[in-house]
Amino acid sequence: MSLATFDLTPLRRADRWHPAELAFWLLPVAAYLVFPDNLVLLTQIAITALFCLSLDLILGYAGIVSLGHAAFFGFGAYAAGLLAANGIGDPLAGLAVAALASAALGFVTSFLVLRGSDLTRLMVTLGIAMMLYEVANKLTDLTGGVDGLQGIEMTPLLGRFTFDLYGKTAYWYAVAVLFLLFWAARKLVHSPFGLSLKGIRLNVARMPAIGAPVNARLSAIYTIGAAYAGIAGALLAQTTQFVALDVLSFNRSAELMLILVLGGSGSLYGAVIGAIVFMSAHHVLSDMNPEYWQFWLGALLVVVVLFARDGVMGGLRRLSHAAGGLRKGAR
Amino acid sequence: MDYALQTRNLAKNFGGFTATNNVSLNVEAGARHALIGPNGAGKTTLINLLTGFLEPTAGHVILQGEDVTRLGQHQRVKRGLARTFQINRLFADLTVLESVTMAVNERLGLGARFWKPVGAHGQAVEEAVALLDSLRLLDVAHEKTRSLAYGKQRLIEIALALAMKPRVLLLDEPAAGVPTTESRELFESIAALPRDVTILLIEHDMDLVFRFADRISVLVGGALLTHGTPEVIANDPKVREVYLGEAICA
Amino acid sequence: MTVLFDGVASGMLLFLISVGLSVTLGLMNFVNLAHGAFAMVGGYLCVLLLNRVGVPFLAALPLAAGLTALVGVVLERTLYRRLYTATHLDQVLFSIGLVFMSIAAAQFLFGAQQQPLTLPDFLRGQISLPGLDMGAYRLFLILLSLVIAFGLQRLVGGTRFGAELRASVDNPRAARGVGINVERVFTLTFALGTALAGLGGALGVEMLGLDPGFPVKYIVYFLIVVAVGGSGNITGSLVASLILGVLDVAGKYYVPQIGAFVIYAVMVVMLIFRPQGLFGRRAAR
Repeated sequence: MSLATFDLTPLRRADRWHPAELAFWLLPVAAYLVFPDNLVLLTQIAITALFCLSLDLILGYAGIVSLGHAAFFGFGAYAAGLLAANGIGDPLAGLAVAALASAALGFVTSFLVLRGSDLTRLMVTLGIAMMLYEVANKLTDLTGGVDGLQGIEMTPLLGRFTFDLYGKTAYWYAVAVLFLLFWAARKLVHSPFGLSLKGIRLNVARMPAIGAPVNARLSAIYTIGAAYAGIAGALLAQTTQFVALDVLSFNRSAELMLILVLGGSGSLYGAVIGAIVFMSAHHVLSDMNPEYWQFWLGALLVVVVLFARDGVMGGLRRLSHAAGGLRKGAR
Repeated sequence: MDYALQTRNLAKNFGGFTATNNVSLNVEAGARHALIGPNGAGKTTLINLLTGFLEPTAGHVILQGEDVTRLGQHQRVKRGLARTFQINRLFADLTVLESVTMAVNERLGLGARFWKPVGAHGQAVEEAVALLDSLRLLDVAHEKTRSLAYGKQRLIEIALALAMKPRVLLLDEPAAGVPTTESRELFESIAALPRDVTILLIEHDMDLVFRFADRISVLVGGALLTHGTPEVIANDPKVREVYLGEAICA
Repeated sequence: MTVLFDGVASGMLLFLISVGLSVTLGLMNFVNLAHGAFAMVGGYLCVLLLNRVGVPFLAALPLAAGLTALVGVVLERTLYRRLYTATHLDQVLFSIGLVFMSIAAAQFLFGAQQQPLTLPDFLRGQISLPGLDMGAYRLFLILLSLVIAFGLQRLVGGTRFGAELRASVDNPRAARGVGINVERVFTLTFALGTALAGLGGALGVEMLGLDPGFPVKYIVYFLIVVAVGGSGNITGSLVASLILGVLDVAGKYYVPQIGAFVIYAVMVVMLIFRPQGLFGRRAAR
C-alpha cells in the first residue's frame, strides 16, 4: 500500500454518530410517552446514568479503580442542597456550584488516589468516602445528619419552568443535562486527550516513554469525573428536594460499580444501559421484596464477574459480530 | 568532540548491590553506538538510568550538553531522548495508526486537547501515516496491535520511539524474540534511519552488532570495561576473555 | 486503665477476625471483601448452636469455626479459585456480590434484629484489681487470642505447611514442580482464614453485636488492620489490631463527637505514606 492510496476514513470517521446512537437518544422521548406515570423513576434513571458515566470516564477509560465514587456524588448533592436550602434556588447555579465543589474535591484527592497500586487506590477511595460520610453524619447542624437535609426550595428552571408535582420539568431537566454531558464526554473520549487515557489504561509504563505526563492526565480526568458525579448528585438533591445521608454511603459506590460492570465499561453507552437495566430491575424486584432484591443483586454481581465480564455492551458487540459473520457467510 | 549523550561517574546501588558502577559513557553525535556485555552486566539498569526510569545513586546524565539527571522520563523525551523496550510495551487494543498518532500527538503537545477528535488534528495524523509508510507498516495501519505478528510488533516499538523525532534513540535489544528471517528486515529498517539520529543499541547478537555499530562499549559487572571501534573491541584480549569468548565458543 | 484493657480486648478480637484476611490478601493475593461475611456466619452459627441446640459455649466456639471453614472451603472450591488470577477489581466486585447475598440471606433467615447471646457464668463476672476492672470474658478473649497468634506464627513460619504455602505463593509453577499440591495448600489456607473469621465472629457477638449489616459495618476495620499491619504479616496484624482497638475504644470514650473519622483518616494516611504497612516486609516496587 502506498502513501497516495492510503485510506484514512476509519480514523477520520471514528467519532461520527452511528444511526443506532441517534435512535438510542429517542428513548427518553419514548419513555416519556409510554410511562407518563413513572417520571420520578425515569428521572432517577437519568441521574444514575450520569453518575455511572462519571465512573466510566475514570475507570472505563483511564483505568482508575474506585470504591468511593459516591464521595463526589454526595459532595455535589450537599453543595447544591445547601445552596438551595439557604435561599439560592436557581437550579443551574446549583449545578455549577456542585460541579465546582466536587471538581475541587476531586482535584485535591487525585493526588492521594493516583499513587500506589490498584489495591491501594481501592482502599484510599473507600477511606476518603467513609471520612466524608462520617463528617456529614456528625455535622448535623449543617447536613441534618441521619435525618437528611431538608428545606430545599427550587426556583423555576431558566426562570420559566416550575418543578411540578408530576415531575415533568425534573425529568426533562435531568435528561437534558445527561444528554449534554454525555455529548461532551463523547467528544472527550474521541479527542487526543481521550486517546491518551486509553493509552494509560492499556500500558501505563509506556506512556512516559512517548512523552506523556501520566499523572497530570489522570489528575485531569479524575477531576472531570468528580465534577460529573457532583452534577449527578446535585440533580438528585434538586429533583427530590432532599439529601439523605446515604448519598455518601459505601453501598452507593458499590452499586455504581455493579451498574457499570453490568452495562459494560469503556463505551459510555454501557454506563447508560447499565443504569436503565439496573434501575428498572430494582423497581420491579424490590416491589416484591427488598431483601430478595439485595440477594439477587449480589448473585448478579458474582455471575457477571465470573461469566460476563464485558457486560451488556460486550454481549451486544458479540451479537453484532455474529450477525456480521452470518451476513458475510450468506454472501 | 560533539557528544549527544554522556554520563559522568554514574552509579546505582540496590541495597548493597552495585548495579551500575562509576560509568562514564560518551556517545558521539550521529554515532551508531552499541553497548554489549554478558548477562547481568547492568545494561538494562544503565538504560533505565539514562531514560530517567530510575534515579541514580550518584553521577550525572548529560543529554546534548544539558544535565538531565533530575528530570523525569517524559521531560527527557521532550528533550530528544527516546527508547524502545526489550519486552514490547504496546497498546494491545489500539490500532497501529492510533498508537503512533497518540505518540505524535504527545510530541506536538496535542495530548491534552480534549474537544476536537483525533482525526481532525491533521498534522499529527499525516506525520503518523508518513512514519508508518517509512517503516512499511501502512498495510496494517488499521489493525489492532494485538493481532500482529511479533516481528511487526517490534517495528511498532520502534515507530513509537521515532514518533518522538528523537535526537538520541536507545534501542534495547530490538531483535529480541524475533525469528532470524524477520530480524534482517528489522535491522534494515534500523540501518535506514537518518544519520543525524544518534543510536545507542543494546544487542546480544554479535553478528548484528559488528555489522551495525561504528563504536562499541563493553559493560561488565556494572562498570565500563573498555570502548572503541569494532576492530579494536574484537581484538581486545580482555573483551574476548569476559564476553566474546563465550559467544565465539558457543 | 480500664479503657486500655477494653481497647486491648477489642483489638484482640479485631486481630482474630482480620488475620484471616491478612493471610488471604497478603499470601494468596486475593482481595476478599467478603471476609466479614464469614465472621458473620460464625456468629450466627454460634448463636444457633447455643440457643437452639443447647451446645455449651466452649464447645460452640470450635464448632462454629469449623462449620464456617466448611462453608469457606465449599466456596473456595467452587467460586474463589476461578478468580485467583483475576484483577483486584474483579475480586472486589465478586466479593461485594457475596457480601450482598450474605446480608440478604441473614436478614431473611434471622431478621434484622440483634442476636442475643448468653455467656456461661464463669465468663460473666468481673475481676477487680486495684485501679483495673477486668471483664472475665475480655480476659478470656485476650488469652485465647494470644495463644492463637503464637500458634499461627509457628504454623506459617516454622512448619512444613508454612513453607509450602510461601513457596506456592511466590511461584506456583515452581512449587508444583517440586511436588507441592498448590490447590490443596490454597484451599487449606483459605479454610484456616475463614475458620479464624468464624471464631472471631462467634467471639464477637458479645462485644460487636450481630445483625445482618455486620459484613459491611466492620469491613473497613479489617482492611485498616491489613493496611496498617502489612498484608500477610501476622505480628504486624496483631500490633495494628491492638493500636486500632485501643484508639477506637479510647476515641469513643473520650471524644465521641468525631466518631470513626479518625480511624478512616489513619487508614488513608497510612496507605499514602507506608503502602506496604507499618511492618511491611518488602519495600514497594
